[in-house]
Amino acid sequence: MMALWQSFVLGVHELIPWLDGNVATIIIILIKAMALIMPLLLTVAYFTYIERKVIGYMQLRIGPNRVGPKGWLQPIADALKLMTKEIIFPSKANIYLFLLAPILAIAPAIAVWAVIPFDEGIYITNLDVSLLYVLAIGSIGVYGIILAGWASNSKYPLLGALRSASLLVSYEIVIGFALVTVVMIAGSVNLNTIVAGQQGGVINWYFIPLFPMMIIFFISALVETNRAPFDVVEGESEIVGGTHVEYSGMTFAVFFLAEYANMILMAVLAVILFFGGWHSPFEGLGMLEAAFAWVPGIVWVLAKSTFFMFLYLWVRATFPRFRYDQIMRLSWKVFLPITIVWIFVVALMTQLQIGPWFS
Amino acid sequence: MSSEQIIFYILSFWFIASSLAMIFARNAAKAVLFLVLGFFSAASIWILLEAEFLAITLILVYVGAVMVLFLFVIKMLNIDKSTMRAKFAEYLPLGLIVALIIIAEMILVLGSAQFGLEVMPSPARHGADYSNITVLAMQLYTTYVYPFELAAVILLIAIIAAITLVHKKETTHKKQNVSEQVNVRAKDRVRLVSIVSPTKEEK
Repeated sequence: MMALWQSFVLGVHELIPWLDGNVATIIIILIKAMALIMPLLLTVAYFTYIERKVIGYMQLRIGPNRVGPKGWLQPIADALKLMTKEIIFPSKANIYLFLLAPILAIAPAIAVWAVIPFDEGIYITNLDVSLLYVLAIGSIGVYGIILAGWASNSKYPLLGALRSASLLVSYEIVIGFALVTVVMIAGSVNLNTIVAGQQGGVINWYFIPLFPMMIIFFISALVETNRAPFDVVEGESEIVGGTHVEYSGMTFAVFFLAEYANMILMAVLAVILFFGGWHSPFEGLGMLEAAFAWVPGIVWVLAKSTFFMFLYLWVRATFPRFRYDQIMRLSWKVFLPITIVWIFVVALMTQLQIGPWFS
Repeated sequence: MSSEQIIFYILSFWFIASSLAMIFARNAAKAVLFLVLGFFSAASIWILLEAEFLAITLILVYVGAVMVLFLFVIKMLNIDKSTMRAKFAEYLPLGLIVALIIIAEMILVLGSAQFGLEVMPSPARHGADYSNITVLAMQLYTTYVYPFELAAVILLIAIIAAITLVHKKETTHKKQNVSEQVNVRAKDRVRLVSIVSPTKEEK
C-alpha cells in the first residue's frame, strides 16, 4: 500500500512538471484529504443508521427497515430530506453568526483528522505535537455550539450553550490530565511514537497500566461529544433540544455531522492512545501472529474503534440522563483528583521501571 | 518573493486586520471572535517560525479555554453602550496619554536596535527531525527549572486566593448535597412494613 502511494506521488510530480513543487505538494495533500474525508462522511451517515438499528434492537424494536433492502438506504434518504428542507432564520437573529456556527462546529471536527495515524506511515501529516493538536483543534468545536446558542436569539439555545460551554471547559481539563499519563509513558506527544511504543502484543498496550485513565477518557469523551447520558446540552425533556432549536435543514444536519465525526474521532483516539493503534492483538503469539501478519494495520485500527463506537450506542441505550450539577461534580470532584493521583502513580511506576511499559 | 514570504504577509495582514476589527467592532461577541482570529493568525506565524509547540499552546489555552469563558461572560452581561459612550470625551485625553506612552515604550523595546537583523540573525531552518517541544523542555527543566517552578507556585497561589475570595459560606440559600443524593439507597427512603390484614371474623 505504501509502495503504491509512493509511485502515485512520483507520478503526480512527473505528470505536472511545469508546476512548482509546492503546488504539486498541495495537490497531493488535497487528494489525501479527500481520501480521508469521503469515507469519514460515509461512516458518519451509516453510523446514524447503525445507531438507530442497535438502539432499536436493544429496546426490542426493529429500527428503520423501509427505505431500500433492510433500510440500508435510510441515511441517504435522510441526507436528501435535510438538503431539500428550508433553512429558517429566526427574526432578530444575528444571521452571520447564525450561519458561521455550524461551520465552526464541522471544520475542527474534520481538521483534527489530519494527524491521526491509521497505519505505520499512513497519515496526512506527521506533526511533532499531534496529540496537543488534537486537543487544541478539538477544543475549538465548542465555539460552534456557543455561537449557535447566542446567535439564535432564543432562550433555550442560550441555556444549552451555557451548559455546553461550562461542561466542555471542565472536561477538557480532565481529558488533558488523563492524556498527560499517556504522554508520560510514551515519552512523546507524537501520536505515531505513542502507537509505536505499544508494539509487542496486548500486554504492551497502555490500557493496562492506565486502566482508570482509559475509563475516564471514554466517559469524558461521551461528555465532549454531547452523547447520552451526558447530553444535557440538547436535553429534549429539559430544554427542548438546546442549541439546535432554531436550526433546520442542512444547518441542523451539519451540527450532527460534526457530533458524529467527533464521536468517531474519540473512538479512534482511544484505540491509538490505549489499545495499540495499528498493532495486531496477536503480536508475540507465534502461530497466530504469523496467521494474521497479512492483515494491514488500518484494519486493526478500524476494527478496534468499531468496538468503541458500539460502546457509545450501548451506553446511550442503557443509562438515564445525568443531572447537570452531577456531571459537574463528576468532573471536578471525582475525575480530576483521580487523574492527578494517577499521574503520581505513573511517575512512581516510571521510577521503579515496572512491567514492559516503563523500560 | 518566496512562497514562505507570501504566506507570512497574508498571515500578518489577517493578524493586523482582525486586531483592528476587534477594536472597532460594536458587538462584544464579534469583537471576541475577531480576537480569536487574531490568535489564530499569530499561532500560524509561530508555526512558520517552527515554534509549533508554542503555537498549539496558544490555541489550546487562549482560543480553547480563555476566549470561551470570555464569550460565556459576554452572553451573561447586559452591556449598556450608551453609558460607555457618554464618558468617551472625558476619558479621551487620559487614554491618549497612556496610548502614547505605550507606543513609545514599544518603539524603544521592540525597535530595530534590539531586534534588527544585525543583533538577531534570522533563525536557521531545522531538519525534519527537529523537535521544538524537546528543545523547549530541556531549557525549561534544566536551566530555568527554579523560575519555572516559582511561576507555577505563584499561579497556584493565585488560584487558591481567587477561590477563597469568592467561596463564602452560603447562609442565604439551601444547597443539595450531591454525594448524599448519589449514595441514597432504596431502604433509606422506603420503609416496608408487613401488616397482617384482619380477616372478616376479626372485624
